[in-house]
Amino acid sequence: MLALTENTSPNRQLAKFFIIAFAGVAALMLTLHYAGRTLSGGSSDVSAVDEAANSISILLRDEPPQLDSSRATDAISGMVLGHVMEGLVRMGLDSRLEGAVAKDWEVTPTKATFWLRDNAKWNDGEPVTAADFIFAWQTALKPETASEYAFLLFAIKNAEAVNKGALPASALGVSASDPYTLVIELERPVPFFDKMLVFPTFYPIREDFYEATNGRFGADADQLLYNGPFQISRWVHGSSMTFERNPHFWNQDEIHLDTIHVPYITSDGTASLNFFKDGRIASTGLQAENLTEAMRMGWQIRQHRDGTVFFLEFNHRPGRLTDNLNLRRAVQAALDMEEMVYKVTKLPGYEPGVSLFPGWLMGVSAPLREEHPPQKVVPNLAAAKDHLAAAMQELNLSEPPQLVLLAGDNPISNIQSEWVQQSLKAKLGIDVKIDKQIFKQRLAKMTSGDFDLVLAGWGPDYNDPLTFGDLFASWNKNNRGRYNSPALDALIEIAQTRLEPAVRMRAFGDIQQHLIENAVLLPMYERGVTYVVDPRIRQLKRRVIGPDPDVSRAYIDTSGE
Amino acid sequence: MLRYFAKRLVLGLVTIWFIASATFFGMHAVPGDPLAGDKAVTAQIRANLEAKYGLDQPLGTQYLIYLGNIAKGDFGISYTQENRRVNDIIREHFPISATLGILAIVFAGLGGVLWGALTALYRNRWSDVVIMFLVILGISVPSFVVAAISQWSLVGLNVAAGTTVLPIGGWGSVWHMLVPALVLGLSTMAYLTRLMRSSMLEVVSTDYIRTAKAKGMPATQIFSRHQLRNAILPVITVLGPAIAGITTGGFVVEIVFAIPGLGRYFVQAIQQLDYTVIMGTTVFYGAFLVFMVILVDLLYGLVDPRVRVDQ
Amino acid sequence: MSATDLTSDHFQRLQSGAVVAQTARPSLSYWADAWRRLRGNPRAMVSMSLIVFLLAFVSIGPSLWRVDPAAQDLDQIGIGPGADRRVTLAEPFQQWQPSIQDIALADNPLGFTLAMPANTQAVRLIWSEQLAQQQQQPRYRLYRNLFAPSDTGSFGLPLAVVDRSWFEDRLDLQPGTYYYTLVALDADGAATANAVTQTVDVIRVISIAEARQRGLLDAEETAELGQSLELAWHPLGTDYLGRDMLARLMYGGQVSLFIGIFAPLAFVLLGVIYGSVSGFLGGVTDQAMMRFADFVVALPFLLFMILFKVIFGIGPGESGIWPMLVAMIILLWPAPARLVRGQILQIREEGYVSASRLLGGTTSYVVGRHMLPNTLGVILVTMTFQVPSAIFTEAFLSFIGMGVAPPTPSWGAMCNEGIKSMLTRPHELLFPAMLISVTVLAFNLLGDGLRDALDARMRGSE
Repeated sequence: MLALTENTSPNRQLAKFFIIAFAGVAALMLTLHYAGRTLSGGSSDVSAVDEAANSISILLRDEPPQLDSSRATDAISGMVLGHVMEGLVRMGLDSRLEGAVAKDWEVTPTKATFWLRDNAKWNDGEPVTAADFIFAWQTALKPETASEYAFLLFAIKNAEAVNKGALPASALGVSASDPYTLVIELERPVPFFDKMLVFPTFYPIREDFYEATNGRFGADADQLLYNGPFQISRWVHGSSMTFERNPHFWNQDEIHLDTIHVPYITSDGTASLNFFKDGRIASTGLQAENLTEAMRMGWQIRQHRDGTVFFLEFNHRPGRLTDNLNLRRAVQAALDMEEMVYKVTKLPGYEPGVSLFPGWLMGVSAPLREEHPPQKVVPNLAAAKDHLAAAMQELNLSEPPQLVLLAGDNPISNIQSEWVQQSLKAKLGIDVKIDKQIFKQRLAKMTSGDFDLVLAGWGPDYNDPLTFGDLFASWNKNNRGRYNSPALDALIEIAQTRLEPAVRMRAFGDIQQHLIENAVLLPMYERGVTYVVDPRIRQLKRRVIGPDPDVSRAYIDTSGE
Repeated sequence: MLRYFAKRLVLGLVTIWFIASATFFGMHAVPGDPLAGDKAVTAQIRANLEAKYGLDQPLGTQYLIYLGNIAKGDFGISYTQENRRVNDIIREHFPISATLGILAIVFAGLGGVLWGALTALYRNRWSDVVIMFLVILGISVPSFVVAAISQWSLVGLNVAAGTTVLPIGGWGSVWHMLVPALVLGLSTMAYLTRLMRSSMLEVVSTDYIRTAKAKGMPATQIFSRHQLRNAILPVITVLGPAIAGITTGGFVVEIVFAIPGLGRYFVQAIQQLDYTVIMGTTVFYGAFLVFMVILVDLLYGLVDPRVRVDQ
Repeated sequence: MSATDLTSDHFQRLQSGAVVAQTARPSLSYWADAWRRLRGNPRAMVSMSLIVFLLAFVSIGPSLWRVDPAAQDLDQIGIGPGADRRVTLAEPFQQWQPSIQDIALADNPLGFTLAMPANTQAVRLIWSEQLAQQQQQPRYRLYRNLFAPSDTGSFGLPLAVVDRSWFEDRLDLQPGTYYYTLVALDADGAATANAVTQTVDVIRVISIAEARQRGLLDAEETAELGQSLELAWHPLGTDYLGRDMLARLMYGGQVSLFIGIFAPLAFVLLGVIYGSVSGFLGGVTDQAMMRFADFVVALPFLLFMILFKVIFGIGPGESGIWPMLVAMIILLWPAPARLVRGQILQIREEGYVSASRLLGGTTSYVVGRHMLPNTLGVILVTMTFQVPSAIFTEAFLSFIGMGVAPPTPSWGAMCNEGIKSMLTRPHELLFPAMLISVTVLAFNLLGDGLRDALDARMRGSE
């Protein structure tokens, strides 16, 4: 190698190059800095809690697909809408139903009447009237809207016919005797009708604004009219949102925060934890892997059961192996859900599943599960083997069958399906093939019945056991295993049509017993959420029904604990 | 020259048509139902949804409509974000990916040239060894591990400093871009460093350097006029493909650092089988790549007089 | 000695063509020369032995370390290498129905105490009932912590809110020390100052039946409660489901290396065939074939990789290796095809090819003797450099959840799982990440070595 013996001059050259390069990069970054600000609006460096600005920051797992309340289906939209909209009634901080836009109401078997408060206003200062609710509900039911949650309105007279297109939207049994009185005729008696109204589908929409958006209603911050405690002042898709206090909201006394920032939108658990650790967000969920870290940091760990039940659903279509009761009971007796919850998911707040009905559902006066305790299924290997032998005889099999387990592609489903696979293999010699599919493909396979077992979950749509109770009715399209039992259908009819609470609750107790005895499904667990919250924040409410988490009534404790 | 590029342009359009068709028929071969939701819907609603997205038409008609719309530059409406147009999604999220990509390329290019020249100059000394070791790390550790560890280190740094030295994620200011761009450009930088190093060493043993040396040209001039300039050429050659790779390959960094780029959007769209977003993004990126390649060729012809583009 | 006795016997005729000292080095073929040069490159040789070792690790390894990679040792979840394996024999787990009167409460404001010795089956705690004012039923919140609450300033993990005076904790109990804190709640469910912390030492236990079932005890071997045994040995620890890391690394390596080696092999082969046909035929066919290759090159790789994974889908019980392989082949063949075509076009014009033709070499002879051997070097180098990118692609797909299906392990999927528990159980990330890095590095260095050894321009210089 010649030339390179004397290094001084190339060194100077390199240094020059380095300086030029550095200056270039600095200039480029400065340009990008300003370009970036104009391009994306920036997620800015807000802190988790800003006492001076009276603001807090939270994180969204995903971006709401859109904020048209008549079409919203997912929990994220529900959470956002819960902060910026208000229905007739809402769930209070004590988890009891309280008046929101309605100041008073009355539900009879044939009709429901709501008296609206006259000081409830949209964020442009116009009053919220009964017509806004009528328009919203008609919109949700119109076939063109194609709302997935239209069925929630079916208690209203003619709603189903409107949804099918048989009747015009104007035929819907709702009317306004004056701008502040809403009268709803019911198709059939629904004892829990008022409780259903907390759902976003029942939020008001103002017609003139809706029409003016030209089909883009709810697509952007300025394509939505707000009547809730906050309004969205900025929505940078996929990146950030800002909620600001709605000056026209009627109940200002209950609202303490001026601004709620959503500086990040990410479903990555590690990233969320890092954001919390860095003081960027006020609350984040914890995974089992992060618990030790959370304890080491001395964080305020909390838990909440989100009301969702997860279960292993069998395919009951005729001709399927899992149509065989003994096979189902073999699986039922073999799987130890306590082992799964305590050793595999490893999160506090998860409760081993015992019933389709989660523990929080109320019966007549006490929790339903206390009034009608579910029969406990104790894992029993010997019994499982007996059932399997019987099943093999009935099915004419010489070897334990192979089963296909349909599962989602998220990490939790991976772990659980691997556990189910290994448990059944080790205990019964049943070969389970895991069929891991992305969300939409899993749904398609569930609908077409292309599975033996499927990991599924069900969350409540309204606060009545029926939201779980009718899941396995032969006519329910969400009964993906197509379980069909006249006995069960009869019980569900009682629960749907009778009005006496005691009779209904007994029916739910019987449904529960039927599901366990016939091993229609195997409840795996009730999901718990373990999360951390910045200690300065008060009244951050986690809910089963309604927006979760709810920070609309939160405030910053400046006392400095 | 002009005719050559006109030809390239036409070929580029044909390539985009090919990409669009491949994506379209690929997507429609996917098992699964883009309209499926958590709750089952009635037949009427289902039919309405199908009509909205044109799924009720025969496949051939759908294809023609789709091609027609692409020709008009319209990618349709997203399935998951029901009232957002795919064009808007691309318009809002692509600049973010592109900005990140450009910065990453700049880091990679400058870093690669600098480190490569340094290691060649200090061949077999400790600085060479240290840099090459880092380069090897950059090449051999999966990017998502690098990304996760660098984010975790940033948190540690911020916690230790008691203030935000650098943001650990999100998007907005230039500080948000710094670490993600470095992580994104790391493997390219490592690759370019190696390339630069070997090309420097190769240039040193060429005749024209020897001639320059024999003429008594000062070492500084030899370095800047001959060595560096000639050694950089192969680096520029690979920059073209690297730009394409980096701007479309930001998935990992975007996911880990919660950056709202198009890559992350694409991964979400795949999970949701959002036909229009998937097809729109693919066609858009395909077109982007095609034109980038043409552009790089054009620039290359201008930079290096030895290359004649009209050949 | 006398000089006179010379006879004809002393004289022999020299054989013609006898060996004379040779000064030229032995003639080396191209490959022998390349091999000699490769051997002289220590980095390439180290890489090569590393690759041989890795291949042995994943192929012979499983027959030496006969542990089922899917077997879940739920008593040893996420343990690191060299963790304590001791376990004590105990009664099998029984549901607990405490009779509060029989147990002496501790001397603290809540009477909070451990009801019986704590073990990994359950920690059983009792306390005395205390009614707050205007409260019908007392309520308590129970916390558990791995660190002393006085050190961290928080009670730790909230286990449950209970309205009775006992609690049985079974959640993920590991041998070690826990700090349980009981907080009495007021009528509104808010915490009162009435809180007591108890330190509990948990020992790991197993029932005799379980021990027999797992082969820790022979069927006829007698055992008594309290006897100490050792659980199964996991030299590199276990993962999040208690599966043996070493076994999973071996089986996972099979997947990663299979993709890493066979995908390049397959698409380079396809590319070679395509490219040589195209280059050899030339003309319009060549143009058309190359245009098609251009189309495929223009497809954005990662996007289409993801797309193909979804299009092909993974059936029940399948690992998803084949769709990944096929997708890679479909997308990556054009690069080697272009390369080979370029080489063929170039070589076709070389003087030795014309010479060979002139001397009467047939087409097949020219192709077999001159063209292919001369492109082989380039092909080999390309292939070696493609291995790392194939391995990375697999890892990337695993990261976004589009990799192999569970329970099939792969290094990429293991890394992705390991990242989540990076802080508490670093070994789950470290081992697979290290194996990926070593493999990638080895192939890169080998590729460098091969390029140096095979590059005709470098022959004889240096």
